[in-house]
Amino acid sequence: MPSQAEAKQSDHEVKHTQYSEFVSFAVTGQAFCLKITQIREIRRWSPVTILPHAPSDVLGVMNLRGAVIPIYDLSARFGLQQTEATERNVVIVVAVHGKQVGLLAESVSEIISINPEEIQDTPQVDSRNTMEYIQGIISHNDTMVRIINLDAVISAPEQVML
Amino acid sequence: MSGSIQDTFFEECEDLLEAMDEGLTAVEGGEHDQEVVNAVFRAVHSIKGGAGAFGLDELVGFAHKFETVFDELRSGKLEFDAALIQLLLRSSDHLADLVATARDGGTTDEAHHNVLIDALQKYIPEEEEDLTFEPMGLGGGMGGGFAPAPIVEDKERDYQIRFQPLKEMYGTGNEPYFLFQALSDLGEVDIKLNDAELPGFDTIDVDESYLSWEISLKSAESQSSIEAVFEFVEGLCELSISSDGDADDEANALAALNAAFGTDGDDAAPASEAPAAPFEAPVPAPEAEVSVKPEEKASSPKAETAKTEQRGPKPTLRVDLERVDRLINAVGELIINHSMLAQQIANLDAGDVRDVETELEGFKNLARDIQEGVMSIRAQPVKPLFQRMARIVREASSATGKTAKLVTEGEATEVDKTVIERLSDPLTHILRNAVDHGIEKPEDREAAGKEKAGEIRLTASHRSGSVCIEIRDDGAGVNRPRVKQIAIEKGLIPENAELTDSEIDNLLFMPGFSTAKEVSNLSGRGVGMDVVKNAVTGLGGRINISSTPGKGSTFTIILPLTLAVMDGMVVSVADQTMVVPITSIVETMRGSDEMINNLGADGTLLSIRGNFVPICDVAGALGLRGASDQQPGVYLLVETETGQRSALAVDDIFDQRQVVIKSLDGVCGNIPGVAAATILGDGKIAMILDPESIIAASPAAAAFDTERRMSNAIAS
Repeated sequence: MPSQAEAKQSDHEVKHTQYSEFVSFAVTGQAFCLKITQIREIRRWSPVTILPHAPSDVLGVMNLRGAVIPIYDLSARFGLQQTEATERNVVIVVAVHGKQVGLLAESVSEIISINPEEIQDTPQVDSRNTMEYIQGIISHNDTMVRIINLDAVISAPEQVML
Repeated sequence: MSGSIQDTFFEECEDLLEAMDEGLTAVEGGEHDQEVVNAVFRAVHSIKGGAGAFGLDELVGFAHKFETVFDELRSGKLEFDAALIQLLLRSSDHLADLVATARDGGTTDEAHHNVLIDALQKYIPEEEEDLTFEPMGLGGGMGGGFAPAPIVEDKERDYQIRFQPLKEMYGTGNEPYFLFQALSDLGEVDIKLNDAELPGFDTIDVDESYLSWEISLKSAESQSSIEAVFEFVEGLCELSISSDGDADDEANALAALNAAFGTDGDDAAPASEAPAAPFEAPVPAPEAEVSVKPEEKASSPKAETAKTEQRGPKPTLRVDLERVDRLINAVGELIINHSMLAQQIANLDAGDVRDVETELEGFKNLARDIQEGVMSIRAQPVKPLFQRMARIVREASSATGKTAKLVTEGEATEVDKTVIERLSDPLTHILRNAVDHGIEKPEDREAAGKEKAGEIRLTASHRSGSVCIEIRDDGAGVNRPRVKQIAIEKGLIPENAELTDSEIDNLLFMPGFSTAKEVSNLSGRGVGMDVVKNAVTGLGGRINISSTPGKGSTFTIILPLTLAVMDGMVVSVADQTMVVPITSIVETMRGSDEMINNLGADGTLLSIRGNFVPICDVAGALGLRGASDQQPGVYLLVETETGQRSALAVDDIFDQRQVVIKSLDGVCGNIPGVAAATILGDGKIAMILDPESIIAASPAAAAFDTERRMSNAIAS
């Protein structure tokens, strides 16, 4: 019995994997998005505890229900200007490899459904800093939305810190 | 399924190996009494039994040889001597290796294995050879496990056995039938069931034991062989064995039998309510009446069983460590939650809240109690760790051709389990070094007027909220000129550096330092004491060395009692709230301008009752403020492990409280000056500072150091 149910469920999934849902948000005026399954929660910005000797794109650490999680400034990480965080900004909490990390963004826009076939490769541009963190781009309502390579965003800071 | 049973077996093996080591250490210390020998024998025997059930032939074979030697020892046919004790110790190490190999895979040193087997064989008399051990599979019946009894030419005797199981015996899965079967292997048996105590059907307690048996056995076996049959139900039953040595003693036997029934009758009423104590009311009997006591354990048990009960002094519970950790986390949250609640109420402005505060205080005390309870689950005595170290010293001495013995003290000191686990490697390293570099060769020791055998003393003790572990050897001490020369050769210090003795000693902890003239296979692999230091600092501890030439060296490791909570002083530094561990603070004071003295370009000294200590600006050391900002006004006097004092300058002090330590591992890399983080009552995260590394990072302190060194240079 369970195997049948599983089979049905996976059938179900196959039909729907044609469209995946992404959450889009703004970082210093540019539109970015993350797969909705990567996001744990979205919180309003509140002041964080500064980490001494931290690189400029690490804002500090925050208490998330008893866990200490680092908060990165996405804008600074992408090589854009540093964000002056205010209460209007949001922290997107993501989980990668069992590790939770908060990403500061300007504001969250909407949830969009994307057909994977619509994703275009990132064209070669000069800004290497940006390139590393972008997995691909899509066109949505005539604007370009950049898909973030979360692994690169999360794993990079350690190298910076060392 | 078999996997999990096997896991249990290996877990038990750990305990058994520990018990074995403990016994052997006692033997080594000169305790040769039966009790100790029996304890070791039982441990080895249980390992063999379990290993047999899993078909671990190599382990079984070795354990059998080992056990046989012990059997000889406990039957008094063999006496302890120094060579034998050494052999036994090496064999126990090898047995531990075999267990580890069986568990983790891999291979053991076959040559070593054979050498030990041969050496053990020398102590085993020829005729024992024939007694091959047959491992018993788990699936097989108990009866199959009984090896054929050796035939002893002896006159047949009549034994009267009264056997009344306690209910605990059934609880451990023992089955009287198999015992009778084993008895029937010894000779002709006649078994009578006594069900007189069996109550009516409506009052019966199904868990209670009501039955007893009268067994008469005609056998040529000795009484001890019969006792051996009951070895595994010892303490779980009432047992009396009597024999009438000669047939004409029949009247006596009858009397005994009557007496037995007599007691039986008396016992009947109370026994149906509560189980009678074992070995109660010895029956007045003829010559050879014996009630089984632990000291009189029979020799050469023939029943090999995986179910051997290891009855420790206290019942214990094996719990998955993860569950305990979850509980500890939850309790940590509870404490944070309490302080949040307290703060909310204080901010409430709701008039009279005294009642609430009283209740809240009760809540706090309860939370503390729970926390202490949970912490004590994780706390374990350092004894097993210290016992393992005895082996390290043993191996190191035989590899270097030196003689050294390890003396341990304070084994009962309890430390957090994680600390114990992570202490194993650094301790191993220090001890190997102590043997390799510290203890001199026997002839050199004699020349120096010392005893031939070196002594290494391993001590654990609690010292004001921390654990202090000390490793003291009576060797030659640190060869300071040589250490300094090597440091200069390796470019670790400039050629003209003037160092104090303690500074030279501490050079040993520098990365890339190794003094061994030749690379022995023991220590001196290029990774040196710096690895030890890193491991200790990784645990939030500190290590220090002191040495007296010709007298020996002492390593002192100071570790936090637990990795989960600590008492801290809450301070503010450059608008950030931070916590300084209370253990490192000597005193706190508010400073005034006249207490501050400049020294050199950047150095400032704080004058405390005529003593000058360098000031270390915490904000500056953490890179949180430029030098131009308003000067901090509160000083925390801290003392480093080397006994050097510094004054940490902070903006303000709030209070002292217990904080839950949240590791920053995996959150960010190692931050100089910060040990960990904690969550305060308002839900904010505060950094827990590491005074030692702040002082090291502080430019002022560094400047002062140079200054002092210069003055040293002038003085010398």
